[in-house]
Amino acid sequence: MKPTIESDGRPVAELRQAVKRYGPVTAVASIDFAVRPGEVVALLGPNGAGKTTAVQLLLGLVRPSAGEARLFGRDPRSPAARVRAGAMLQIAKVPETLKVKEHLHLISSYYPQPLPEGEVIAAAGLAGLEDRLFGKLSGGQRQRVLFALALCGNPDLLFLDEPTVGLDVESRRVFWGGIEEKAAQGRSVLLTTHYLEEADALADRIVLINRGRIVAEGTPAEIKARAAGRKVRCRTALRLEEVAALTGVHGARRDGELTELFVADAEPVIRELLRRDPGLAALEVRGADLEEAFLALTGAKEKEEKEEVAA
Amino acid sequence: MSAQALSQKRNLPRIYALEAKYEFLKLLRLPAYVVPTLAFPLVFYLLFGVAMKHQGPRGTFDLPTYLLATYGAFGVMNCALFGLGVGLAVERGQGWLLFKRATPMPPLAPYAGKLAMCLLFGTIMVTLLFALGATAGGVHLPLSTWLSLAGVQVAGAVPFAAFGLAIGYWAGPNSAPAVINLISLPAAFGSGMWFPIQMMPRLVRNLAQFLPPYHYAQLSLRVLGLDRGEPAARHVAVLVAFTAASMVFAWFGYRRDEGKTFG
Repeated sequence: MKPTIESDGRPVAELRQAVKRYGPVTAVASIDFAVRPGEVVALLGPNGAGKTTAVQLLLGLVRPSAGEARLFGRDPRSPAARVRAGAMLQIAKVPETLKVKEHLHLISSYYPQPLPEGEVIAAAGLAGLEDRLFGKLSGGQRQRVLFALALCGNPDLLFLDEPTVGLDVESRRVFWGGIEEKAAQGRSVLLTTHYLEEADALADRIVLINRGRIVAEGTPAEIKARAAGRKVRCRTALRLEEVAALTGVHGARRDGELTELFVADAEPVIRELLRRDPGLAALEVRGADLEEAFLALTGAKEKEEKEEVAA
Repeated sequence: MSAQALSQKRNLPRIYALEAKYEFLKLLRLPAYVVPTLAFPLVFYLLFGVAMKHQGPRGTFDLPTYLLATYGAFGVMNCALFGLGVGLAVERGQGWLLFKRATPMPPLAPYAGKLAMCLLFGTIMVTLLFALGATAGGVHLPLSTWLSLAGVQVAGAVPFAAFGLAIGYWAGPNSAPAVINLISLPAAFGSGMWFPIQMMPRLVRNLAQFLPPYHYAQLSLRVLGLDRGEPAARHVAVLVAFTAASMVFAWFGYRRDEGKTFG
């Protein structure tokens, strides 16, 4: 059992039927979800799914078009609500003509009980770079400065918006270590990622979102079980829409002249395919890997929505 | 933690002081800011005020003294426009401002820091120019006049910082310097900041009434008794209205920015 910071178990961050529209674009279409104390939650979805908007709603950076966002039970638009949170956002740059320690010094001053600078430097792997101007750092080092800025207020809840995008495998491991350390201290973490592997490795719970909606939610094991299945490849004259609509098919796509199906059980689907298209050839069946399972799950939800519209 | 408890636990004056300090350091280390804003007015003063000392309208006024008032105003105006306008546009474009808003930063701190930085750079600008005027320009003024002139000129950073704020919210990080140059250079010229307004054609002299930098330059000249004799209250009223209009413009830009940031 991990230590928890808040004993009453109330959510540290919560979206209640939150909607965010930008003109005609709906970035978040009614999301309900909560991060509980001590929990590491991964918001997983493809680019443009609404992950960043969800984080911005929780940090009070944008106002919901409908519904509400709460941070430690308060409106996140009030600075006092953000005292116990730290955020690593997807930002291009921070001012380049200030030193690493100067950036930390300023951001730490916003918090009533900041983490000592030495601890922040160590946790983010920035030892020896304190006096370096931000503009003189490499890509991986810059990313670690952003991580340090998220840590410096000693947050109980850490927001990490795509922290490892564009990082090499080695730097990614460093980040994962840092996140695991926070989790081990009983802090809550809300991580967005489009890598299922990352969500699987770090999160207690995965919330899968696509097109501004939650499509699945559960422990990594549950998500994988839901998506677990087989991949069927074949050459067929059947139209993609037709095979995608078959019972038991989570997702379908074209790969050159071949058709790829993601299915729960392969045999009933193959029987049905052969019945409809006796000329079917180049049949191949194998287990789907995690990324494919993820694609199948997000794709399956889209299919359901289309069917709802048709019905 | 309540908002009250928060303000008790933090040292607000320290936050504002750090914000101003780092705004200052940030620009001081940026030659692209320091060189044009500080060096240009000084070079202009040397070229037009000192080198052409004896070409001016004889008997009416001393050119080095006159241009001390107008180049000082021009320099401070540019410090404020570029410091706030470009600085804000760049930090907004980079997402840095968004990150800062995700912290419990006092919401006005970055603006207060930037304004303090403008006032500080304005003071440095004026000090350097006055040193040049007193030496190379051979200008002799009573200490109280030097101080009044500096006070008026540095205070003039405020309306142009407000205008810079508006530009910072409406222009992109790459277009902001061009937008500011396109506005400030013709406005400075038409306001008599580069050459005495009396030497301008009638059309320019009439149009100058509509330019805030003209009123700023006149207030500055007034300290030396070299203005055109219009009431100071009118100049102040125009600059106050200009500041207010800029703030409103900036507010709409801020609202627009808030609606747009997504990903």
